[in-house]
Amino acid sequence: MKASSPVCWADMPGDRATPAIEFRDVSFRVENTQVLCGFNLQVARGETLVLLGRSGSGKTTTLKLVNRLVAPTSGEIRVNGRPNDGVEVTRLRRGIGYVIQDSGLFPHFTVEKNVGLVPKIEGWPQDRIQARVQELLHLVGLPPEISTRYPRQLSGGQRQRVGVARALAADPEILLMDEPFGALDPLTRDDLQREFLLLQRRLHKTVVFVTHDLREALRVGSRIALMEAGKLVTVLTPEEFVKSSDPWAAAYVRAFGDGLDWAARRGAS
Amino acid sequence: MNVVRFMVENRTQLVEQTLEHLWLVGVSTVFAMLIGIPLGIVIAHRPRLNKPVLASVNIIQTIPGLALFAFLLPVRWLGARADRLAILALALYALLPIIRNTYTGICGVDPAVLEAGRGMGLTQSQLLFQVELPLAVSVILSGVRVAVVISVGLATIAAAIGAGGLGEFIFRGLSMVDNRVILAGAIPAAILALLADVGVGWLERHLRTR
Repeated sequence: MKASSPVCWADMPGDRATPAIEFRDVSFRVENTQVLCGFNLQVARGETLVLLGRSGSGKTTTLKLVNRLVAPTSGEIRVNGRPNDGVEVTRLRRGIGYVIQDSGLFPHFTVEKNVGLVPKIEGWPQDRIQARVQELLHLVGLPPEISTRYPRQLSGGQRQRVGVARALAADPEILLMDEPFGALDPLTRDDLQREFLLLQRRLHKTVVFVTHDLREALRVGSRIALMEAGKLVTVLTPEEFVKSSDPWAAAYVRAFGDGLDWAARRGAS
Repeated sequence: MNVVRFMVENRTQLVEQTLEHLWLVGVSTVFAMLIGIPLGIVIAHRPRLNKPVLASVNIIQTIPGLALFAFLLPVRWLGARADRLAILALALYALLPIIRNTYTGICGVDPAVLEAGRGMGLTQSQLLFQVELPLAVSVILSGVRVAVVISVGLATIAAAIGAGGLGEFIFRGLSMVDNRVILAGAIPAAILALLADVGVGWLERHLRTR
């Protein structure tokens, strides 16, 4: 028998009671810089948790700790109730979708090869990969004929959609999104945010979403984790956030102006 | 034309020397690629090694061609056969452009693309063969192109140690003070260099992936 933690009875993937992701007293430092300090957070299954904070507050590092692109200096990160350093790192990552700002598409692969890469290295048969690619393109609102194009032939919004499709390819339970819509123009960003909400209503993935844009956070998040200087300030729902008396949250709301009520009534549009 | 007549009269010798020349350049380039490309990949992944490695191949490059041949002559196994020695010397000269371009090509791959690949769960070797090398291939090949062109010129010196090649005509012409004989070696060598340049350039364009 393997040594197990006190909550071992709940350590079953898919168990509703286990948080999908859990940070336990995590710290991370590079040389003499404390990037993250005493970080504790639970992400529930099926929620969209937004990490909000200014540049350098440690949001991206927090995200990368989940799929072990970054290893913590101390503390533990649990994915589906299990420490994420207990599994082989490539297996861990293939079970977690990852979307980054400038999409990170492989410039020498067509859309189809980009989206189908993880299924391919997981050994899926060719016809199943093709069917899956078409299904995903449809899901993210792209026409099927786009599958033979190269990333440079796409617009920014289309590239980002392909990035989302690629992250969903092997149907992971968890999706990590690092400022996925940050480089888009406001109208395209608005489209993609709306589509993301629709998608999430259907798929119920566990999403960790990094942004510095409060409007985006209020719109897509089920909860918002506010970070400042490597520390978690507070975790609030969007409705709580706009009314919060927390000085950092209030500062954020002030910085974005007074016309934010609409954002708190998100989904009404 | 005197030169043309001389070349036609000595065509069997000319063909033989051209083939020898091609063989020296071809074999030495293959060796240089087999060593240089992996070495370039290693130093791109381990920045601590890049200075010592690039410095060493730079030093090799500063040794004059004739001197390098002379240095290697006393080495027992090598000195026994002139063509082995010539191939080693040519391969050493070809290392610099190949290593440097492999290094530059791999380092030039967009870090966001690499991070996305790593985040998707690609292993180190999948990243190398599916992402880094395909994206670096045209830069690597342009290094090979430079190496080949340099080698074609340098291989003419190999005749000085008896390794054959088009240098035979050139050296013979020099000692006879006969321009026809010099040109009979120099012109085909120049044509070979141009053809090699165009050929590898074509390959480079057709393998380019971005």
